[in-house]
Amino acid sequence: MSEQSHLRLVVNGEPRRVEAGSTIAGLVTALGLDPAKVAVERNGAIAPRSTLADVPLLDGDVLEIVHFVGGGQG
Amino acid sequence: MSSAGQQDDDSWTVAGRTFRSRLIVGTGKYRDYAQNAAAVAAAGAEIVTVAVRRVNVCDPAAPMLTDFIDPKKITYLPNTAGCFTADDAIRTLRLAREAGGWDLVKLEVLGEARTLYPNMRETLSATEVLAKEGFLPMVYCVDDPIAARQLEDAGAVAIMPLGAPIGSGLGIQNRVTIRLIVEGANVPVLVDAGVGTASDAAVAMELGCDGVLMNTAIAEAKDPVLMARAMRLAVEGGRDAYRAGRMATRKYADPSSPLAGLI
Repeated sequence: MSEQSHLRLVVNGEPRRVEAGSTIAGLVTALGLDPAKVAVERNGAIAPRSTLADVPLLDGDVLEIVHFVGGGQG
Repeated sequence: MSSAGQQDDDSWTVAGRTFRSRLIVGTGKYRDYAQNAAAVAAAGAEIVTVAVRRVNVCDPAAPMLTDFIDPKKITYLPNTAGCFTADDAIRTLRLAREAGGWDLVKLEVLGEARTLYPNMRETLSATEVLAKEGFLPMVYCVDDPIAARQLEDAGAVAIMPLGAPIGSGLGIQNRVTIRLIVEGANVPVLVDAGVGTASDAAVAMELGCDGVLMNTAIAEAKDPVLMARAMRLAVEGGRDAYRAGRMATRKYADPSSPLAGLI
C-alpha cells in the first residue's frame, strides 16, 4: 500500500483511506449513500452537488457529509 | 367574506410562498419516523422543521426521514438547532441549501444550554449574512418588539418569538410582547417554542400570530398523533376567533336572554 496509491482523508471526523483518483461522488457511493440525498463540505467549503462526480479527492482532505434528520428546536 | 364557509381562503404567505396550514411541526423526539409522519398528517402541517447532521458512515442503511416524510409534498424547513454561533448557523444552512436546494430556512442561534434562549447579537449578524447570500431566513428570537424590528430590517422573512423556553411547555408567558411584535411586524409572526397544550396554541393565534411552530408539545404527548390533531384544531380555532373579532370584556354580568316579557 504505497503512499501514492491511497489518500488519507477525514470523513465526518473519522480517518479513512481511499484509492488515489477517487471523486467525492465515488466516495459517497462507496459509503452506501445516495449522492442526491446528502450535502458535502470539503475543507470548510461547500462542494456543489453538480461537481461531486468531477472533483478528485486530494490527500488530507477533510470532508463533512450531512443530510436531513428529524429535529425541532434547540 | 366573513361568513364561516368551510372553503374560505385563509392562507398565509411567507417570502412569496403561500400555505394554508398555520401549524409548523418539528421532527425530533418522536418514537420513530413512522409515528412522526402520522403526527404530521394529523397536524395537517405543510411545513416541518428538520436538522442537518452528519450521516452515519457506519450505518448508511439507517432509516431516513425523507423515506417517511416526502419533501416533495411537505416543505422541509432546515433549522439551525444546536448552533451557538452565527458562523455555525450559517455553515449549517449553506449545507442545508446544498442538500435540499431550499432558500427558506429557519435560523436559531442559541445563547446557552440551560434556557436555550437565543443569542440575539449572533442571531442578528447571521440574519444579515444569510439575507445577503440569498437565503430567506425565518428567525427564532426573544419576545422583544425592538429586536423583532431589527431582524426584519436585517432581512428576516418571518419573526419567530419564543412563547416560553424551548421544550418547556409553559405556554405563552408574555402575551403583551407577542401582541406588540404582531402589531409592529410587516412579515409573518409565528410563535416558536413554549407551547405545551392546545390552549397555548389557540392563545398564540388569538393574539394575531400568523402561525405556531411546535415540536415537544406533540412529540412528548402520551398520544402524539391525537395531540397533533388537537393542535391543528386549536390553531384553526384560535385563528377563526382572531378573525371573528372577540367581544369586549366587561366587569359585570350581561344577560343573554331578553329582559322583556319576563313572567
